[in-house]
Amino acid sequence: MTVETQPLLRVRDLRTWFHTFSGTVKAVNGVSFDLAAGEVMGLVGESGGGKSVVGYSLLGLIDPPGRIEGGSIHFDGEDLVQASERRLEQIRGREIAMIFQDPMTSLNPVHTIGRQMDEMLRLHTDLGKADRRQRCIEMLESVGISQAADRLSSYPHQFSGGMRQRVVIAIAMLARPRLIIADEPTTALDVTIQAQILRLMRREIGQQGASLILVTHDLAVVAEMVDKVTVLYCGRVVETGPVRQVLETPSHPYTRGLIDSIPNPDHRLARLRQIPGTVPDIRNLPKGCAFRDRCPRAGAICADEEPPLVPQHDDISAACHFPLAPGELA
Amino acid sequence: MMTGFRTSQLAHNWKRNLSAILGSAIIALCGFMVVFGPMLVQQNPYDVTQLNLLDSYLPPAWLEGGNPKFLLGTDGQGRDVLAAVIYGTRISAFIGLAATLMSCLLGTVLGLIAGYFGGWIDSLIMRIADIQLSFPSMLIALFLMSAFGTGIDKILISLTAVGWVVYARTVRGSTLGEKQKEYIQAAQVAGLRTSGIIWRHILPNVMTPLIVVATVQVGTFILIEASLSFLGVGVPVTKPSLGLLIKNGFDVLFSGLWWTSVFPGLMIMAMVFGINLLGDFLRDELNPRLK
Repeated sequence: MTVETQPLLRVRDLRTWFHTFSGTVKAVNGVSFDLAAGEVMGLVGESGGGKSVVGYSLLGLIDPPGRIEGGSIHFDGEDLVQASERRLEQIRGREIAMIFQDPMTSLNPVHTIGRQMDEMLRLHTDLGKADRRQRCIEMLESVGISQAADRLSSYPHQFSGGMRQRVVIAIAMLARPRLIIADEPTTALDVTIQAQILRLMRREIGQQGASLILVTHDLAVVAEMVDKVTVLYCGRVVETGPVRQVLETPSHPYTRGLIDSIPNPDHRLARLRQIPGTVPDIRNLPKGCAFRDRCPRAGAICADEEPPLVPQHDDISAACHFPLAPGELA
Repeated sequence: MMTGFRTSQLAHNWKRNLSAILGSAIIALCGFMVVFGPMLVQQNPYDVTQLNLLDSYLPPAWLEGGNPKFLLGTDGQGRDVLAAVIYGTRISAFIGLAATLMSCLLGTVLGLIAGYFGGWIDSLIMRIADIQLSFPSMLIALFLMSAFGTGIDKILISLTAVGWVVYARTVRGSTLGEKQKEYIQAAQVAGLRTSGIIWRHILPNVMTPLIVVATVQVGTFILIEASLSFLGVGVPVTKPSLGLLIKNGFDVLFSGLWWTSVFPGLMIMAMVFGINLLGDFLRDELNPRLK
C-alpha cells in the first residue's frame, strides 16, 4: 500500500441530514475520513447507521428532504459538495462508480446487458460503436463471463444472481473510475458466490489501481477485503484504523460488540453474544455519547459529553471516554 | 422479431383463447373494411352527384321492393346504407385510433413528469386529473364540443382532453414504483441525465399497462364519438360517422324504415365488441399481478 501526501478522497465533517415531518434525521453527522489511491476502506455499522448515506453523499445523490448540511468532500482536490450538478454528472460513472446491493433490481429488465454496458461508455468515452462493443466484451470476460460476445444480447433475467452481480461490477469498472463505492455488494448473494465476487472485485480493482469503499455490516467480508475500517454508529465515526488492529484489538466498546456477535464455530453451543438494546431514535439523539445506553462501560461523563475521535493505540482512533486497552474485553 | 412473437407465451395463450381469436377476427375484418371498403362498393356516399332521390328508402335487397344494387337498402337521400356504413366505419375507426394515440401521448408525458419529479407539479397535474374525473366524460366532451363547434379535429381535441387522465394516472403510478428500483439509481450513478433516465429507463418499464388501457379506450372513444354525433355535436353532416348515420335513421325508425339506423348500430356494436374481447385478453395476459 502506497501512502501519498494527498489522499484521493478527503472527507471532513460531512453532515447529511433528512428533514422529515417527525424531526431531523441526522443520518450522517460529522463523518471524516481519508482514502488514499488504491486503498480499500470498509464502512461498517448496523442497519440505519448511515453507511449508505455516506456513499450517496459522495456522489451528490441525496434527494430531498435530504441535504448535505455541511462539511467537505475533496476528491482529487476538488470539493464535490460545492460542485455543480453538471460537473457531478461527469464525475459519476467516470471518476466514481457505484455497485449496488441487489443485482436483481440494479439492472433494467427491459434492456439487454450489452445496451446497459454501452450506455456507460457512450456517456463517458469518445469510443466508436465497434470499440465500445469490444471493450464491453473484454470487460465481461475479465469478470468471468464466458462467450461474452453472445451474452451481450441477453437480458438480465437470463442471468443468475451471481452472474448479474458480475455484470454490475463490469459496468462499474467500464469507464475505469478511480473510486468505487460498493454498497453491500454481496449481501443478496449465496454464501458460495460471495467469496467469488469479493475475490473478483479485489482483483479487478487492484488491476485498475482504483480505490474502494466497501459498505457492509459483515465483518467477515471486511477482514477479507479491506486495508482499513471506519465504524459508524448513529451517523458518527466511532472508530477507525487499519483492519488488523481494529478487528484484533478494538478500542471502542461498540466495535468490540460487533466482533463478539459473530458466531464462533469453536463454541457452537455457547449462547451468541449480542449488543443489548437497539439503535436509539436517530431523530432524537440524547446528549452525550449515542452508544451509552447499550455500553457496558458507560460512566457519568458519557451522558454529558460527546466523546471526540482521538488517537488510541496502534494507529486506531476511537470516540470513547473509556476506550478498551489492547486485549481487554468489554 | 416475428419468430420471437410466434413462439412467445402471449401467442401460445392467444391460440387457446376463443374470445381472443374471435375479437382479433372481428378487428381484422373491420380493418379490412376500413382499408379496402371503398373498393367494394360502387357508390361514394359523400358524393351528392352519385345519389338519386328516386332510390330513397329502398329496403334491404332480400326484402320485398329491395334492389340488389343496394344490399342493405338506402336512406332518405337514396344513399346506399352499406356504402354509408363502410365510409362511416372509416371515420369512426380513425377518430377512435387517433384520439387514443393523442391522449396516450399527452397522458404518458404528464404522468411521467408527475411521477418522476413529484412535488407541486405532481400535485397540479393530479388535481386537474381528479377534478376531471369527477365529471362524466360525456359531459366534458359535450361541453367542449358545444364550445368548439363540430368537426373531426375538434372531436379529437375533446376526446384527448377526456382521455389523457387514465394514462397520466397509470403512468404516474408505475413511475413512482420504477423510480424506487435500484437500476434507476444505477443510471444516476452512471451519470445519465434526468431526461435520459426517464426516456431510456422508466418509459419502457411503464409501457405494458398502457397497451391494455389503449386497446379498451379505442372502443370507448368510438362510442363517445357516436354519442356526440348522435346528439348532433360531433362530425359534420357531410362526413357522417356511424353515430350520425344512426341519428339520421332514428328519425324514421318508427315508420318501419329500420335498416337505416340498425345496420350502422350493428357495425358499432361489432367493432366495440371485438375491441373489448381483445382488450380483456391483453389485460389478463399482460397483468403482472395475475401471473
